[in-house]
Amino acid sequence: MASEPAAPTPQHETTLGLSNEKMGMWAMIGSECLFFGALIAAYLIYVNAFGDAPEINPSTIYDIPFTSVSTFILLMSSLGVVLALSGAQQGDDRRMRTWLLATALMGATFLSGQIYEFTVFMEEGMRMSTSPFTTSFYVLTGFHGVHVGVGVLMLLTLWGRSLAGKLERRKSEIVENVGLYWHFVDIVWIIIFTVVYLIPAE
Amino acid sequence: MAATAESDTSRNPFRRPKATTGFWSWLTTTDHKKIGILYFVTAFTFFIIAGLQALLIRVQLAGPDGQALNPDQYNQIFTMHGITMIFLALMPLSAGFFNFVMPLQIGARDVAFPRLNAFSYWVFLFGGIFIYSSIFLGGMPDGGWFNYAPLSSQVGPDPMAGTIVDAHVSRMLFYSIGLQIVGLGSLVSSVNFVVTILNMRAPGMTLMRMPVFTWMTLVTSFLMLFAMPIIGVALWQLMFDVRFGGNFFDPSAGGDPILWQHMFWLFGHPEVYILILPAFGLVSEVLPVFSRKPIFGYAALVFSGIAIGFLGFGVWAHHMFAVGMGPVANAAFALTTMFIAVPTGVKIFNWLGTVWGGKLTFPTPMLFALGLIGMFTIGGLSGVTHAVVPHNYQHTDTYYVVAHFHYVLFGGALFGLFAGMYYFFPKMTGRMLGEKLGKWHFWLILIGFNATFAPMHILGLQGMPRRVDTYPAGYGWEFWNAVETAGSFLIAVAVLIFVINVVISRRSGVVAGDDPWDARTVEWLTTSPPKPHNFDEIPQVTSRDELWNRKYTSDHGKPIRVPAGGSGEAAHEHEAHDIHMPDPSFFPLVAALGITIAGYGVFTGGIAMAAIFGLGLVVGLYGFFGWAFEPPSEDDH
Repeated sequence: MASEPAAPTPQHETTLGLSNEKMGMWAMIGSECLFFGALIAAYLIYVNAFGDAPEINPSTIYDIPFTSVSTFILLMSSLGVVLALSGAQQGDDRRMRTWLLATALMGATFLSGQIYEFTVFMEEGMRMSTSPFTTSFYVLTGFHGVHVGVGVLMLLTLWGRSLAGKLERRKSEIVENVGLYWHFVDIVWIIIFTVVYLIPAE
Repeated sequence: MAATAESDTSRNPFRRPKATTGFWSWLTTTDHKKIGILYFVTAFTFFIIAGLQALLIRVQLAGPDGQALNPDQYNQIFTMHGITMIFLALMPLSAGFFNFVMPLQIGARDVAFPRLNAFSYWVFLFGGIFIYSSIFLGGMPDGGWFNYAPLSSQVGPDPMAGTIVDAHVSRMLFYSIGLQIVGLGSLVSSVNFVVTILNMRAPGMTLMRMPVFTWMTLVTSFLMLFAMPIIGVALWQLMFDVRFGGNFFDPSAGGDPILWQHMFWLFGHPEVYILILPAFGLVSEVLPVFSRKPIFGYAALVFSGIAIGFLGFGVWAHHMFAVGMGPVANAAFALTTMFIAVPTGVKIFNWLGTVWGGKLTFPTPMLFALGLIGMFTIGGLSGVTHAVVPHNYQHTDTYYVVAHFHYVLFGGALFGLFAGMYYFFPKMTGRMLGEKLGKWHFWLILIGFNATFAPMHILGLQGMPRRVDTYPAGYGWEFWNAVETAGSFLIAVAVLIFVINVVISRRSGVVAGDDPWDARTVEWLTTSPPKPHNFDEIPQVTSRDELWNRKYTSDHGKPIRVPAGGSGEAAHEHEAHDIHMPDPSFFPLVAALGITIAGYGVFTGGIAMAAIFGLGLVVGLYGFFGWAFEPPSEDDH
């Protein structure tokens, strides 16, 4: 199994030349832009709405250095999925698996950081019900975390399937599509990190 | 590789279903035509339910101080009438046409993702059942289909406490979770249709050769693709407010209930076009066939559809003129609303131009199509009056608005869907729908519809408020309300005639043949009903009215029939066994079931919640993983 067959099989010929799966992934990513757009908009509306708890606000609660480190790890994981794709394209299954696993682990590290961060916030009295600011923060970053979790699950699945020798048909295409999703989740985090953590509130 | 695929299925506790007929074939089908029929049957059942709810509303309002329903029941009934008609009847009826007709129109053998297509149907069905299961669990949603906060978002009990007993909270959760599940189906089917139309066209089928219905399917799918995530976020926010003490819409905690209105209508107005554009597409198929002329101004028709799609996202706040956004916002949205009337008007003139000078015949589909032009234009004109802000202040929340949106959604969308049902019934079943009963159906529903909804204009301008369960005597509203109730029963009779017609014609209707209407587009090239693989040979498309041009040549503008066997499709009975169609699968059904089970977890707390979520997660993941690991077709490796 040195490399993928060069020509696509006849039933995968498409009008625009792009595979259905990849176009479907792009369409879904377009839809997700609106999903996160709406969540980010809601956060921006409430970024200064602290209700009865003015002491819980962006300048007191966020731990920028900590979140910067976990952000760096998540962004580096995009490099990981690119290297996994390169391995898949060159038929180097070992390299592909290594980087799939590394990417999944980086994603899991980010998720652990987020869970730790949420726990600290809860201990400091920041709850879902504290104020519109806290509600919109938890819902926005929480949904992003769910997306990272789904991505980790997909990466681990690819890794496991490849290890069992069951990831052969259109391997690089599948890795590429999961990679598209993964990059998207990363890019959304760049926006969330900038908007939520870096731009200071009034 | 063949060995790996086989070992997958041998470990699968469900054997790969093979049946193509019978009960199990319907549960496991991935054939777009069967899924389309499932959509029709299910959506029409919901349509009947919502119609009965409408009759209850009309009985309650037939005279002053109605006693048929108490206020709580009335709130539930009118809410469920709206939710059911929009999400469980009109949208899935359109989806039925998308499924059945669109792949045939572009000369494809199936949609891009057949199992995803089945999944869309099952989440729609389970989502509908989920919402209606509320009858037994504390009552149905009762906040209107728009479900405005903060009425809808009153905070529930402590999230970590036990089961929810508060009926209000439970009703709002049925709204938010139920629509979330149904919406997921719309979202994934929009991905499916976008990819299918862009990527699976027959050779020669360029974008500007696509039938108008396929174009409107594409525009509608893009609208769903971008509108569904917005309502998704709004519904999640509502759920977090209602169930987990969130503050999105709670003014006492600093939240803003107007945010709900913005989110809802930012989805809700594109949704209006999601409902009407498929009907526009169907009518654009019917009118040229029965005028025996090409569609007038094809490019204008297509581009006005696209323009409606874009502008549809920029008009939402005209639903909110009275909430106090200020004169600048009101003026801006008044202008965009008037703008969007332009491409809509262009379409009306396209249809008039198509009919003008044609050799007209008037079978039932043509009657419904012409009915749409008339009734929708009335609704469109009253829509423009809503855009006039001072006028809007006067009639907002009155029956004038109810009259308007029934003229566009009933006189528009539903008439178009009926036109499509009469037109495509022969392709779906191989038999014609009865013309005699069809004409009764059309004229009764036209009269009943106008008797029911035209007087609402008058009542609305006289100040009768909508959404209120009764009215006192002495305002002069008695006469027209009585007329409306009588009209609504006329509609019920008409729909009953349609059902009888379908049942009779299904068994003993006139056998249709491949092309009973002498139609213009390639879906009429194949057999009626089409074979599982649609076309023995994928048609080569050379023009917009491909089938017409195969049948006729033009002699000074007069169509001359090409002798049979000339340039027509030669009879090919070959290679059908070489065509690999996707095999049936259980997994879309299982995955949809898992999501629906998890939905019930939100109503509980603590361990019960964890258990129900866990069960839903296990079932759902089993479905999704089984789906991902099984090949689309057993031969396909």
